[in-house]
Amino acid sequence: MNQPAAVRVQGLVKRFGKTVALDGADLEVATGTVYGLLGPNGAGKTTLVRVLATLLRPDAGTAEVFGHDVATQASAVRQRIALTGQFAAVDELLTGRENLQMFGRLLGLDVRAAARRADELLARFELSEAAGRHARTYSGGMRRRLDLASSLLVRPQLLFLDEPTTGLDPHSRVTIWDIVRDLAEAGVTVLLTTQYLEEADALADRIAVIDHGRVIAEGTSDELKDHVGGQVLEVRLRSTADRPAAEAALLRLDGTAPQFGRDPLRLSVQVAHDGLGLLTNAAAALRDAGVALTDLGLRRPTLDDVFLQLTGAPPEDPQPRETSAHAAGPDGSAEAPAEHDARHVRHNPG
Amino acid sequence: MTTLAPPALPAWRRIVRDGLLLTVRNLRHFVREPHLVVFSTVQPIMFVLLFSFVFGGAIGQALPPGLDYTSFLLPGIFVQAVAFRSTQTAVGLANDLDKGVIDRFKSMPMARSAVLLGRTAADLIRSVFVVLLMAGVGYLIGFRFVTGPLQATAAVLLVALFGFALSWVFAFVALYVRNPEAAQSAAFVAVFPLVFASSAFVPVETMPGWLATITAVSPVTVTVDAVRALAIGGPVLSPLLQSLAWIVAVVAVFMPLSVWRYRRVD
Repeated sequence: MNQPAAVRVQGLVKRFGKTVALDGADLEVATGTVYGLLGPNGAGKTTLVRVLATLLRPDAGTAEVFGHDVATQASAVRQRIALTGQFAAVDELLTGRENLQMFGRLLGLDVRAAARRADELLARFELSEAAGRHARTYSGGMRRRLDLASSLLVRPQLLFLDEPTTGLDPHSRVTIWDIVRDLAEAGVTVLLTTQYLEEADALADRIAVIDHGRVIAEGTSDELKDHVGGQVLEVRLRSTADRPAAEAALLRLDGTAPQFGRDPLRLSVQVAHDGLGLLTNAAAALRDAGVALTDLGLRRPTLDDVFLQLTGAPPEDPQPRETSAHAAGPDGSAEAPAEHDARHVRHNPG
Repeated sequence: MTTLAPPALPAWRRIVRDGLLLTVRNLRHFVREPHLVVFSTVQPIMFVLLFSFVFGGAIGQALPPGLDYTSFLLPGIFVQAVAFRSTQTAVGLANDLDKGVIDRFKSMPMARSAVLLGRTAADLIRSVFVVLLMAGVGYLIGFRFVTGPLQATAAVLLVALFGFALSWVFAFVALYVRNPEAAQSAAFVAVFPLVFASSAFVPVETMPGWLATITAVSPVTVTVDAVRALAIGGPVLSPLLQSLAWIVAVVAVFMPLSVWRYRRVD
């Protein structure tokens, strides 16, 4: 028997007024996997999750969860999913324990089962000590853990985690990662969105890169990095005045054309082959051109590089291309207009 | 480490169970906000004292002989307190929308209408509490239910039902406005003229003719008149029927509207 995919999305479109949040997104998530949706703010990640969680109705296209259409079979979908959103959706005036007991009861557990389950989860999420305190006194990490615990009172088949670690300290982040790994081991399908390649890298079996409401690349983390290239040569200038000279010097080397990110002092060059040779040559060429540097080095590609490569724009700075409507944040976030340095981006012909 | 989902209940039992769970949750909120408890109690008491002692002497002149202002005022104050109180339905619901708790509720396999039912039911209970409190304050300054315990109970129930109906209006407002502060302002813009242009504080006959005509059919006026008759005597049937008609009509319109809007809100 063929198991239906946990998530199947085809040509999904969602507009908010003139803003196109989802612009024909396609996606398939296999049951039992951890799937990462990677993209900048306003790329449409949250909108996609909200459509899949039956909170938003799509304008066009189809979205199915375990074969159930999110628009026409919403209640079948809701029985199989749990959602932990970007902002901890816990009741601030209830205690941690009361929150879990209430959500457990709403999920159909009887009083005793809800109480037992709440205590289990409080212990597991290191919240036992704070269980009797109002959630509004919790730290960001505690709230996020409580929110995640609320999604696990009854085992979901598919768990949505919308930027589960954004704004968390490193310790809390690692705690959340451990929980996600445990869930995956227990067979729960997880769809998580993130702005951090590192996070997708650490958790996800497969990753979709989403930008301007479309999936622009899909694969394992290694496949995505290979797409960018195995290594990147990074140059940091002392002064922006040296930029034309540095660019000219690097262009003559064996790498591809240098790219500028958000930081005007930083240039990066994809390494085609022989990183060490390129590093040596670049050092010599830049010295000959009289360019003053603060740093020069080889490293693995980062989210910035994946984005530069795939979209021609740095990830933190989604800029309008065809229409300015794309610039507004469909995730509900007001975004700064594209900054001028984005205009210096060179599109990589390769 | 995980628990499997329990079997689904029939729809009506889920609505009752989820509605009750959220009613308890909202009542808990109320007692956990001491400022809210204090000020939402002090405000109607202040109204009783202000109207009774500041305006009482002047307005009392316009009353029929033998009717003192405190007896006239208190039924009006009951309705005013509950009408003001019902604007908090908008604030509470807008707050939930703002905080993202509604997102969790909506993504759960729970009864769709439970969030609104739990909200309005909790506010109904608080309305009864407010009315009883006002009656207590009224007793201190000379107000008495002179008709009998049955009528007194009916008066309290009618006021509470009126507040319940208004709660549905303000639930709908909150689902449109979403922002708690804006919801509060919008609700007060609606409630103020409705309450003051009524028989709550003054006899309608003292208003200019055009206003008296409008005011005579206002839901606040007919409810105040019915409560007043139930509390201190007078013709009950006509205002009571008009008041009940208003309550039924408002609930019949705004309950489905709010539920419809709740499903759509994102």
